[in-house]
Amino acid sequence: MSRLPVAPKPPLRRFHQARWDEPIVFELSTPGSRGVGVTGPDPAIGEPNVTLPPVLARATPPALPELSQPQVLRHYVRLSQENLGADFNIDVGQGTCTMKYSPKINEVAIRDARLIDAHPAQDVADAQGTLEIIYRLERMLAEISGMDAVSVQPAAGSAAIWANVSMIRGYHAARGEADQRTEIITTAFSHPSNAACAKTAGFTVITLQPDANGYPDIEALKVAVSDRTAALLITNPEDTGIYNPRIREFVEIVHAAGGLACYDQANANGILGITRAREAGFDLSHFNLHKTFSTPHACGGPAAGASCVSAALEPFLPGPVVVRDADGTFRLDADRPLSIGKVSPFYGVIPNIVRAYTWIMTMGAEGLREVAEVAALNNNYLAARILAVPGASMGYPATPDRVEQVRYTWQQLADETGVTTEQIGWRIADFGTHYWTSHHPFVIPEPFTLEPTESYSRAELDEYARIVAEVAREAREDPETVRTAPHRQTVHQAGDEDLDDPDRWAVTWRAYRRKYFGEGVTP
Amino acid sequence: MTVAEVVIGLIVNPIAGIGGAAGLAGSDGQGVQHDAALRGGRSHAADRAVEVLRAIRVHLESGAALLLVAPGDMGAATARAAGVPHQVLDLTVGEPTSAADTRSCAAALAETAVDLLLFAGGDGTATDVAAGCGETVTALGIPSGVKMYSGCFATDARAAACVADRVASGRATATTLAEVVDLDEAALRGGRVAPRLTAALRVPVSPVVQPRKAPSAANAAGEVAALAAAAAHLVSDGVPTALGPGGTTAAVSRALGLEPTLLGVDIVCDGEIRASGVSEPELYDWAERGPLRIVVSVIGGQGFVLGRGNQQVSPRVIRACGPANIVILAAESKLIALGGRPLLVDTGDAALDEELSGYRRVLTGPRQWTICRIGQSFSTQVDHHDRRSA
Repeated sequence: MSRLPVAPKPPLRRFHQARWDEPIVFELSTPGSRGVGVTGPDPAIGEPNVTLPPVLARATPPALPELSQPQVLRHYVRLSQENLGADFNIDVGQGTCTMKYSPKINEVAIRDARLIDAHPAQDVADAQGTLEIIYRLERMLAEISGMDAVSVQPAAGSAAIWANVSMIRGYHAARGEADQRTEIITTAFSHPSNAACAKTAGFTVITLQPDANGYPDIEALKVAVSDRTAALLITNPEDTGIYNPRIREFVEIVHAAGGLACYDQANANGILGITRAREAGFDLSHFNLHKTFSTPHACGGPAAGASCVSAALEPFLPGPVVVRDADGTFRLDADRPLSIGKVSPFYGVIPNIVRAYTWIMTMGAEGLREVAEVAALNNNYLAARILAVPGASMGYPATPDRVEQVRYTWQQLADETGVTTEQIGWRIADFGTHYWTSHHPFVIPEPFTLEPTESYSRAELDEYARIVAEVAREAREDPETVRTAPHRQTVHQAGDEDLDDPDRWAVTWRAYRRKYFGEGVTP
Repeated sequence: MTVAEVVIGLIVNPIAGIGGAAGLAGSDGQGVQHDAALRGGRSHAADRAVEVLRAIRVHLESGAALLLVAPGDMGAATARAAGVPHQVLDLTVGEPTSAADTRSCAAALAETAVDLLLFAGGDGTATDVAAGCGETVTALGIPSGVKMYSGCFATDARAAACVADRVASGRATATTLAEVVDLDEAALRGGRVAPRLTAALRVPVSPVVQPRKAPSAANAAGEVAALAAAAAHLVSDGVPTALGPGGTTAAVSRALGLEPTLLGVDIVCDGEIRASGVSEPELYDWAERGPLRIVVSVIGGQGFVLGRGNQQVSPRVIRACGPANIVILAAESKLIALGGRPLLVDTGDAALDEELSGYRRVLTGPRQWTICRIGQSFSTQVDHHDRRSA
């Protein structure tokens, strides 16, 4: 029987996730199994137990699982098939995360032996290339932000916010105002890491609510500022995708009160080459290299962040900093008395620094601006498709001006069908793609946040919109299917109560064994 | 036959909400109910309860959960309409049914130790249920009245169904005390809004569990505890402080190791209660002598900070103490649940309300404030709502 020609594909992909029912790696352990026969130490080094300080020697060996190489390979490939990774789904559903393509060619660059064989404590004379990449990336990010100096030492976006808050604290301390300027102002739609870092650093956090038009309330800012104001930490565009056109006024109000202004540009994907922190008058800003500059998100790190500052804040940058001498050689300068010190071990996440450098070099200045233009175009194209789905709307405010992402609402659909945004997310996973609601708390009811970036074609955006429309149709015609989803996934609905209970959460195998089976608890 | 592990109780107020569509702003009193019926008013309480019962049908049919309902139109008819197995309380209720029937059914369900007492009605029903069942039984309102200012209602019938399903399937649910507020409807019809705090009901925490990007331990109980600790720290500076009524301020007293007067105003200072359950004249004396700080909280869903349930904090008290010495507390989730509406004051003194309106700091947790707009009346709310919808 002939099976040709190939049957046409239906408009909706008939997806099914792998389901391996795979045990945890510790449960796969067979005593005596080995993946690698480790050779003894070089006799020239001597007996490790003698040469190592006693504090580093274990009394008992670690309880590592014992497996052969192919078992380990199968285990992790199976796990990799049981998630919705960025490389195989149309990853526009995780708004605010800026899930763009991480070019594979950049992985070749970071496998260069001159990078992977280098030791962080190696003499800088042997690491001139690495230092040059750090230096050049910092100069490029200075140009992109308009700021005077940059540090790529922070190992994540939030670490860059933390570095910025630390510099704000250092700046006021150097002026003798540390005890007076104890308040940091932020907005309800700024990324929550801003408030979190400010609090961790000991500041009191003042939050501004959005006004009737969805912008941070400038009248509330005027009431919030005082001689206690250390800084304003503000995201723009905010997580709603709304760009605040009065941002310069915000900065001026804070400056007039003697505070600093710090711009969260973790996601600068909609404004690259279009507007800069400098032009809005900011003193500090930061980028996430894994958002705007294409380095992988890597399931929670390691990421990389860049802190960008004006000349007045430069002495406070994390150190040591990479400097270029007159003869063209690079070195590390640690003699900086006002520096906030290290914010990560050594010099930052070098592989991500190299990836971001490579990406910027391959894009060029025109390419960066094109990224922002295509990201905004894609977003507005997808928005037109999503708003055509009955029950979906723009949320608050209803005006259509969005830059690179939109926080939509299913309020109408939920009112009509009782199906919630969370349930829609469960069902969308059945079509092989991601969907995300919003940070907590939900300010916009039944929210969902889509951010298509520049990486997806029109056909792919159409496919995502078809999936959203299909699930909305199901919510009306077959709500049980949506409420009980996912049906074609590795796991079905997982309760999250354990995540809120310190007696029940367990992030390591050892903690799990201790909390549930009482192992390793000394009475 | 398996023994049910979980017992769900149900009381339906068959006339709840009947005055809504009729434009009577409530359904209290038989005369109003008669008028409402004449004007085509209809109660949706039974319909909404049916929706909830259908959501837990599987647990009732498997015998994992037992449904115990009030007789006749107050529950049995609803269970029959939903087509779910149930048992009926051995009681007789009046014809037509009355508030006393609600109280006796709630008391009977409390005696049976139900795991969740569902009731379909409004604030008046909630008040009667609370009077009947006390603060030990976990209860949840299926919103069906004209006004649901109380903190004991699910956000809608489907949220109630979600909680009922959770309880019926045997999953534990944390509980907290919620404020029950009711309006004097006769006064309201006369053009005056006069809600009062009538009782407290034990309700499930976080009715609808939301998904998260980052895990957070911030459930409502944790949020209020953190806020109470922050406020307790704030008032431990030797300045006499009047703690107003409400669940949040009661938590502040408890954080100070003190037992608050429920629904009253206490004066605390240096870790002691200096005066409890003070009257307006007593509070005025304290304010006159000064200095005095007054701590009030936001009525959830409603946004009122002054003039509702805390009338002891009168205009002359506020003037004597100084508006700057009034500290407002609100859990962040309570502010967000207002959906962008301003906080409200209605002290009965228009000039003072004007003075109190504008932007103010509201304490939301340790080292954490939100700038909130304070408006004067419902008209502000309506105006704001219209602007948002436009």
